[in-house]
Amino acid sequence: MTRLPAIVLVCLIGAAVAAPRLAPYAPDQIDLSSRRSPPTAAHWFGTDELGRDVLARVLFGARISLAVGLLSAVVAGASGIAIGGVAGYAGGAADAVLMRFTDGVLSIPRLPLLMIAAVVLQPSVALLILLIGLVGWMETARVVRAEFGSLRGREFVESARASGAGHVRVLARHLLPNAARAVAVSLTLAVARGILIESALSFFGVGVRPPQASWGNMLYQAQASLGSEPWLALAPGVFIVMTTVAVNLAGDRLAAR
Amino acid sequence: MARFLARRLAHAVPLLFIVSALVFLLIHLAPGGPLAIYLSNPNVRPEDIERLRHALGLDRPLWNQYWSWLAAFVQGDWGYSFSDGRPVASRILERVPATLELVSASLGCALALTMPIGVWSAVRRGRWFDRLATLASMIGLSLPAFWFGLLLQMIFALALGWLPSSGRATPGTNAFGDHLQHLLMPAAVLAAVLASSWSRYLRGAMIEVIGQPFVLAAEARGVPEARVILRHALANALGPLVAIVTVDAALLVSGAVVTESVFAWPGLGSLFTEALARRDYSVLMALLMLSSAAVILFNVAADALHAAIDPRVTT
Repeated sequence: MTRLPAIVLVCLIGAAVAAPRLAPYAPDQIDLSSRRSPPTAAHWFGTDELGRDVLARVLFGARISLAVGLLSAVVAGASGIAIGGVAGYAGGAADAVLMRFTDGVLSIPRLPLLMIAAVVLQPSVALLILLIGLVGWMETARVVRAEFGSLRGREFVESARASGAGHVRVLARHLLPNAARAVAVSLTLAVARGILIESALSFFGVGVRPPQASWGNMLYQAQASLGSEPWLALAPGVFIVMTTVAVNLAGDRLAAR
Repeated sequence: MARFLARRLAHAVPLLFIVSALVFLLIHLAPGGPLAIYLSNPNVRPEDIERLRHALGLDRPLWNQYWSWLAAFVQGDWGYSFSDGRPVASRILERVPATLELVSASLGCALALTMPIGVWSAVRRGRWFDRLATLASMIGLSLPAFWFGLLLQMIFALALGWLPSSGRATPGTNAFGDHLQHLLMPAAVLAAVLASSWSRYLRGAMIEVIGQPFVLAAEARGVPEARVILRHALANALGPLVAIVTVDAALLVSGAVVTESVFAWPGLGSLFTEALARRDYSVLMALLMLSSAAVILFNVAADALHAAIDPRVTT
């Protein structure tokens, strides 16, 4: 049981990477003779209004969703470590200014902020990753600041400084490894949040744009025919929930260890 | 208490400045700025755009524009909607009752779920109920609210036909029952999400209190278990819960965006997505500014309430 989240995640990432081999059809292959087909042996998850295979689109959508989740967490983590690290290590006025800025960004509701930014900028997937990362660093920054703040007065830091290590070296080689656990937990949360935010943005039509498939924009298209073709809304949603639950459970395990 | 409040409010003022500057920059640094919508319109000539830019003061230095925008905003002048020309303030105010209704219904339902679940999970820690509640709240926190809403619509509106799939009331009717039927699904979505996180907080706080000597002492004196749990333990665990509920109540202005849109609930959240579709920047800016200010002020209120309830919190 305890390994289940990790197994699910490995399978999902494997399926996303191998999507071109696993998918029974191309994700954008239109087949007007089998439009709106419910799940059958030929189309396990059914087809959409253009006859595109839902399984293929879910598999290719996994690439987008997982890439956005993981890479936006990398952006968020790097910014959070930089900002929180400087605040915690430097202390004093730099700390006060940086943390006040963090509180400020934290009090702007994340999803509405991103929705406006997405409408204004019409982002590509790469820019979307950057945007989601840029509003996701605050939690990591707080965690890193707290850890660094309590570590910086310790003897091993003084000894490293005394033996001639520069500030950057102390931050990266001595403080960061000691805060690794807490940072990792906050990063798993950022991955799950990134996936949820991408799906919400795409669901509102301002994230990943069709015809490219993402779990969120598949649900956006499914919304129009919920009553007649419910399978269109089931598969992408189940995959989102499966992924975010697995990521969050993995984070929980990491925190409890 | 007064000094505590004053200090927290003084802390909030620079935050409000930071937030307002960020919101302002977001709109003004975008390609095309606030006039972006006209740039793609072939009927608007470049010289018209120049004239508009000058008339609206968009050619002044940015800090100058920010200052006059902020001064007007604080005085309640939020500009005019780009899409229908009406004052932004009245467009926002007319949506407040619907959101207030939805949010208070969901806060109530969420509390009704949180109290028994949080308390019982803590009392029977590690047993089957606690594990089930932990799993359920994990799923609740991992579930996209819009998909949960779609699922409920598919089951209760489309398949079973028990509930109306969207809106606030059937047009032409004004019956209480009809109103309640419309309210049920969106309130359930919000309540599920809120209760998932609140019940975890309450469980944690309860476990901490139950482990303290005064609870053991009460049990040793022979105080009945129910009384120990409710009067001794719960009373002391409520402070953190009240604080977190207050912080989440800032959702009054923004957090219901997803749920309201899925269910076409005519509140502030739907106003936001409508404005988004029409690039109605003056409405978007006002809503984002108000919701951020609400988060900041509700945070101050949460600290104050926590301190008022729990005398151990130093003010």
